[in-house]
This record gives sequence, C-alpha cells and structure tokens, in this order.
Amino acid sequence: MPPDAGRWTAWRRVQERAVTLCLLLATGVVLVPVASVLYVTVRNGIAAWNWAFFTQVPAAVGASGGGVGNAIAGTALLVMLALFVAAPVGLMAGVYLSEFGREGGFPRAVRVVNDALMGVPTIVLGIFVYAAVVVPMGHFSALAGSVALALILIPTVVRVTEDMLRMVPPELRDAGLALGVPEWRVITSIVLRAAFPGILTGIALGVARIAGETAPLLFTAFGNPNWALNPLQPVSALPLQVFLDAVSPYADLQQKAWGAALLLIVIVACGNGFARAYTYGRKVG
Amino acid sequence: MTKRSSAGSAPVARRSSGSDPGGAPAALRSRGDRAFRLATMLAAAAVLAAAAAIAFVLLRASAPAISRFGPAFLVRADWDPIRLSFGALPFVWGTLYTTAIATVLAVAAGVMTALYLTEVAGGGTRAVLGFTIEFLAAIPSVIFGLWGLYVLIPWLRDHVAVPLSMRAGDFPLLAGPVYGPGMLAAGLVLAVMIVPTVAAVSREVFASVPETLRDAAYALGVTRWEMVRTVLLPAAKGGLLGAVVLAVGRAMGETMAVTMVIGNAAAVSVSLFAPGNTMSSVIANQFAEATERLHQAALMEIGLLLFLTTLLVNLGARWLAARTAARAMMVPPFAGAPEEGQADAA
Repeated sequence: MPPDAGRWTAWRRVQERAVTLCLLLATGVVLVPVASVLYVTVRNGIAAWNWAFFTQVPAAVGASGGGVGNAIAGTALLVMLALFVAAPVGLMAGVYLSEFGREGGFPRAVRVVNDALMGVPTIVLGIFVYAAVVVPMGHFSALAGSVALALILIPTVVRVTEDMLRMVPPELRDAGLALGVPEWRVITSIVLRAAFPGILTGIALGVARIAGETAPLLFTAFGNPNWALNPLQPVSALPLQVFLDAVSPYADLQQKAWGAALLLIVIVACGNGFARAYTYGRKVG
Repeated sequence: MTKRSSAGSAPVARRSSGSDPGGAPAALRSRGDRAFRLATMLAAAAVLAAAAAIAFVLLRASAPAISRFGPAFLVRADWDPIRLSFGALPFVWGTLYTTAIATVLAVAAGVMTALYLTEVAGGGTRAVLGFTIEFLAAIPSVIFGLWGLYVLIPWLRDHVAVPLSMRAGDFPLLAGPVYGPGMLAAGLVLAVMIVPTVAAVSREVFASVPETLRDAAYALGVTRWEMVRTVLLPAAKGGLLGAVVLAVGRAMGETMAVTMVIGNAAAVSVSLFAPGNTMSSVIANQFAEATERLHQAALMEIGLLLFLTTLLVNLGARWLAARTAARAMMVPPFAGAPEEGQADAA
C-alpha cells in the first residue's frame, strides 16, 4: 500500500462531497427563477384580480379600471377554433402513421417533417399566416390567429396519436376484425378508444401551450380593445394583452399584465394538472 | 409525457415497436374502409403540404429582398428602414450571441440538475423537483418577458451591469453605457427558458444508461463522482449532445421573452450590456410597422432563414438522438454481466 493512500482516500472523499454540493447548488440555481417567476406573478397578479378584471373590456388609454374580459373570450375562441382544425387533421394523420404507414418512404417523410415542424419558431408561423391568410382576406382575424395556433397544435397531436396508438396491443385489432367489424370501425371504436386517455393528455398539454402563445397572434389575431367574437374580425387574447400592457408606460396597465399573466399560469397549470391526473387514473392498454 | 422531453427518446420507441399491424386483408376492405384509409392518408399528406406551403409562401414574400440584396443580405451590417437598406448581420449576431450565452448556462445548470436528480436525490425529492422544473417549461414565453422586464432587468442593472461596467468598462465585453435591456438580459431569460429542456432530455439520457454499468463501476470501489466522470458521462455523451442541439434550436426561435428584454437595436456590439435584436425579435418588433414592401420582404427573408435553420437544427438533434439510441442498444454486452450462453457454459 502506498504511504499516502490515506491522504488519497481523504482527497477522494472531499472531492465527492464538493461535487455533490455543486450538483445541489446547480439545482438550487435552476429553482430560483421558477420560484421568482411564480412568486412575483402571484403577488402582483392577485392585486389586479377583481370582478371588473374578468368581466370588462380595457378602459380607455390612461384611465384606470377596466379588465381583460374580451381577451379571455378571445383566447377561448382562438383555442377552440384551432382545436376544431387541428384535432381531426392530427388524429387522422396519427392514425395513418400508426395503422397504415409504419414503414415506407412517405410515412417516414411525414414523421421527419412533423417532428421538424414542432421546432419551427412560432413567430415564423405567424408571418406565414399573415402572408397566406391575412393578406388575401385584407384584414386581421380570429380565423387567421387560430390557423397559426393550429399549425403549432397539429404536429403535437400527430405525434401523440401515433405514439399512443402504437401502444395498443395488436390482438385488440385482430379480435375486432375476427368478429367481422369493418376496419374503420375497429380503428375508431376499439383502437382509438383504448388509446384515448393518452391522446387526450397530449391534446390537453398542447392546448395549454397554444393558450399561452403570443408570437403567432401578433400579426394574425392582432388584438381588439372591444368585445369581438366574430371569427372574421380581429380579437384580443390573454398573452397578447400581457405583452401590450407590459410594454405600456401606464402602471395600471402593467398591473393588468400581471393579472393576465397569473390567469395564464392558472390555465397552464390546469392543463398540466388535468393531463397528469388523467394519465395517473388510467393507463393505456 | 411532455412534448419537449419526449423529443429525444421517441425514435427509440418507434424502432422497437414492430411492423405494421396490417389491418384487414385487402379483399375484406369495404368501401368505407378504403375511404377511411384515403382520408387518413390525406391528413398525413397535409402535414407535408403545410411545411411546403410555409417554405413557398415565405420564399415568395421575401423575393423582393432576395433579388435586391442577394446572398450579401446575411453579412451586411446595415439595417435602415428609412433608406431601405437591409442587411441581417446584426440579427444573426444577436441570435448567435444570446443563444451562446443561454446554451452555455443552461447546459451547465441543466446537466448538473439532471445528475443531481438521477444520481443523488431520493425518490420523493426527484418527483417534486422534476415536476417543478417541468412546470417551468410550460410557462408561456410572454410571462418570462414580463418577469425579465420588471424583475430581472432592474436587478441586473443595479447589481451586475452598472458595477461591472463602472469598474471594468474598458474591457469591450463589459463596455457601457448600460440601458438595462440588452444581450445579457436576453441570454439569461433564454437560459431560464431552455434549462427544463436540457434537464429533461439529460435525465432521460442518464436514465437510459444501463444500471449494470454503474454497478460494475461501484464494484471496483470508485466514488459516485468517479463513476459519473469515467462511466456515466462517456456513455451519455451522444445523448447529451442531442440535448444541447435541441436547446440551441429552442433558444434560436424563442421570440416574445427576448423581444421584451433585448432592447430593439440594430447594432453589432460585443458588449454584454448592449441592446440588440435577434432574428425572431426583429420580426416581432418591426413587422407591424413595416409598411414599405422591401422592409417587409427583408423581415420575411429573416423568417425564412430562421425556418430553414431551425429545421436543420431539429433534424440534427433527431439524427443524434437516433444514433445514440442505436449505440445505447449496443452497450449491454459490455456491461459486465456474462451473456446467457456463457453463463451456462461456466
């Protein structure tokens, strides 16, 4: 045994402790911003919440009072329209990839492009929809905003549908077919139903995400200070309202921004909480 | 599962889950079945069509700028909406600068957090912290912008930027004047936003390293850190690289938070405190007021470049993940446990 073995062991022990401490510190450093964002948003947001905040439209610039009721309604409208487009397309494409196109060039291309679309910056989708929808229509609209949001949602739905359908045991399909059930009924009534909890979870997370998107709405839904629920007219949305109020010079509007931000966090937390509770309750297969 | 954390692992699941379920034999397919198949195929084709449409529409909309400035657009530092002279260099620079700050910080903190969660923390801590960090990933970008604007920037200005540039302002990296919004603020906000991605993907990568490798190392009497340094990190190298590329992709495209804290200036400066713009934030900042056709086309061209770059980065991350998955499957034979046949023979 070398004479300094004891010292070497002691050094290794110190090293071990130091590294563990570093890892703990790094985790702490990551948690500080989470804590700060949540604390500041809750503290400032609660102060902005009152009945008028949820039920009224913004007050005239510079005046105090008013609320973000129109933005809440606008976000609901945008998300619903986006879901209306994205859910059927995404589900069908996911069914194709899992049930009919596991191998081959075309499905592989769809998979690669779909995954790549998930990473496209949402501002790019925003200006695409501006050029493809807003310019031909001649004006901003909720419809254009929801097309942009649908483009964000579709890749998520395709991916989660394919992944969840693949977990359904093939025996279920065989059993259905053996009973003489038409293929399309086997897929819609048996396979999709078995995978439904997982798909719903994915869609809930996707909806929570698009509800918080600002960049794709800047040049599509645009914002609207009044009540507007016509899909062909510009509408406001919560994240848009947060952005516009945050960069305004008025303290009252800045407080509204915090209130709207808190509401967004609550929506996102609900989406995530729902997804979690639902998947814990039932497992696929 | 979350969209973000699943990105790295999906190719593995896809590979292992076998071939076509087959469905009904062709002779038994009814007219309804054929219609259903066709409809799902059209939906899948719609995904390809959407991507093609994005590329085509952006290309057409940026045509005036492309024909006016050509490839030099990327390296011209001049961005002047009044004289209609446009070059993207300040924004390419801003994107590279802020992405670099964010990636370095987020990778360091994210990988260490993942190590803590997989190797040190107990089950309860792991679940709670894991959930908290994943929640960070779900918070909308605009809220980070709001937080950056009213919490991070004032703090940075008073406790970091002003003291540093007063004492070491001769050093170009720390040169003033300090406005508040700027590259450092944007880089930090981005780092906070991409840490969950890095941590989540790294956790998956560490978890996918076979337990037998760790056991073999511990059996030789190494400490935890020695095991991490000599066994875990080398085995996880490829997957971690995938995590880094994913993080870069997210940082490059992130818009709202950056737009709110970067200061909206078209300048190329090495100072951490200089205001700037990234490729995505310049679109958010200027598109609404771009009434001139050429100005709008130049912004569209930046969008097109951003689209193509993030496509490439994401394909790269996917390729890395797939390659690592293949390699991870090759690990078990080296993992110390004798293969079944050998065990019987012995």
